[in-house]
Amino acid sequence: MDAVLSLTRSRPGAGRLVPLLLIAAALGFLLLFLLLPLAAVFVEALRKGLGTYTAALVHPEAIAAIKLTLLVAAIAVPLNTVFGVAAAWAMTRFAFRGKALLGALIDLPFSVSPVVSGLIYVLLFGAQGWFGPWLLEHDIKLIFAVPGLVLATIFVTLPFVARELIPLMQSQGSDEEEAARVLGAGGWQIFFRVTLPNIKWALLYGVLLCNARAMGEFGAVSVVSGHIRGLTNTLPLHVEILYNDYNYAGAFAVASLLAFLALITLGLKTFLEWRYGSELAAKAPRGH
Amino acid sequence: MARRVLPGFGLSLGYVLTYLGLLVLLPLAALAVKASGIGLAGLWNTLSAPPVLAALKLSFGAALVSALINAAAGLLVAWVLVRYSFPGRRLFDALVDLPFALPTAVAGIALTALYAPKGWIGEWLVPLGIKVAFTPLGVLIAMIFVGFPFVVRTLQPVLESLDRDIEEAATSLGATRLQTFLRVLFPLLLPALLTGFALALARAVGEYGSVIFIAGNIPMKSEILPLVIVKQLEQFKYADAAAVGVIMLALSFVLLLAIGLLQRWSRRWAER
Repeated sequence: MDAVLSLTRSRPGAGRLVPLLLIAAALGFLLLFLLLPLAAVFVEALRKGLGTYTAALVHPEAIAAIKLTLLVAAIAVPLNTVFGVAAAWAMTRFAFRGKALLGALIDLPFSVSPVVSGLIYVLLFGAQGWFGPWLLEHDIKLIFAVPGLVLATIFVTLPFVARELIPLMQSQGSDEEEAARVLGAGGWQIFFRVTLPNIKWALLYGVLLCNARAMGEFGAVSVVSGHIRGLTNTLPLHVEILYNDYNYAGAFAVASLLAFLALITLGLKTFLEWRYGSELAAKAPRGH
Repeated sequence: MARRVLPGFGLSLGYVLTYLGLLVLLPLAALAVKASGIGLAGLWNTLSAPPVLAALKLSFGAALVSALINAAAGLLVAWVLVRYSFPGRRLFDALVDLPFALPTAVAGIALTALYAPKGWIGEWLVPLGIKVAFTPLGVLIAMIFVGFPFVVRTLQPVLESLDRDIEEAATSLGATRLQTFLRVLFPLLLPALLTGFALALARAVGEYGSVIFIAGNIPMKSEILPLVIVKQLEQFKYADAAAVGVIMLALSFVLLLAIGLLQRWSRRWAER
């Protein structure tokens, strides 16, 4: 159905007042609750001038936080991408017992509080955890160190790619791949020549959302980081530290970087939906 | 279905199970074992401590109210985005996803800047005797922000697929616009609305980053449950932290189950 219906045609004979009031109320809510906080980030970031703004961004601790954020995302996102593709392949190309349970398990991290997501790794690898004594003996540090940040980030972003691919590959069916098989193609050949071209935009879409969450995650990494400046602080944690130091201009300057990232993500996401909407699967409700 | 025409079943499923086992199941097992270590009496002691109980009430109470507000606002916004055309509609549509894309810490300090007594919005509310930042009301505002997109995004596809003939039929039979909405459209939208409500609720209950800045975190007053876990961890009370974590997880499971049932119900509804 054509989603855009002109206002005058929306209800022949009916007044225009009700639609106008509804539009005004909806846009008012969006402006007040969504746009205003976004605007506040940039205004507060520049409140003390451009000099303070750039100084906060080139500060060694900020640079270290940027590098660490990029590093964590560079490990977590590819791992979850491969996992998402494998999960979608297993879930949509074969029938097996317990498939529904597996699907629920893949979605599980979305319904776990970020703090609990961090907590479970502390209980596993922390000094008092299951593997704590063994790790201590071998001088391996996972919690309050970079590996802990990576683990927590993998956990919270685990479902993103799988969630985009599973409904799409389900609706596409496996006819093309089976045809390729009959014609003598090998497994990897089928994947790279048939499957991948069919799912590439949905894959990109999932990676985009996965990356945004990986770079912006706060609660889970906060629990496992130990907040060691310059060593285990990602960008969101650096925002918190500056904020708690009453360095508001600095906190908002670093926050504006993350807000830029969010805007770029939204822009690319909207572009993908607009340009390749039909290749991103039937619009299913999505959330995280 | 015995046909396994395509290759890679063992490889993909094996990889997926190993990955999930190591990264999801093993850590969750550690949580369950740690929490069970203190026994039922210990669990009860931890949960009935007044600060924990107060945080439990605040987290679930505020999350419930925020999800109700988001259900109403989400219905309005989804309706307007699907049914009317106006300048900037696509832009506003994209804006709905902002809470998904904006890191929670950023949202937290931005909301605090707005609602603090000297903030853009706070300075107008203080003369009216309304304090938002550093009160439970601040917790509510942050939860509304993070949960907002869920209802809109679950309702939009349903609204788009509605056959407008039904409404025209109702109108031609003499129903008023309000009657048509309440008696014809609302029952069709209800399953999706409930799903969005449950998703927003689940997200709000567990939310941490955007809440802790604006909440002020006053024990017994504006302290949320995830923060209780963080504080217990800082005091090295691992078993207590695990106990609260298990309770949060158990309640999330109940919500997840409810979402699953609602989705099944909504599908059956749509097929009728």
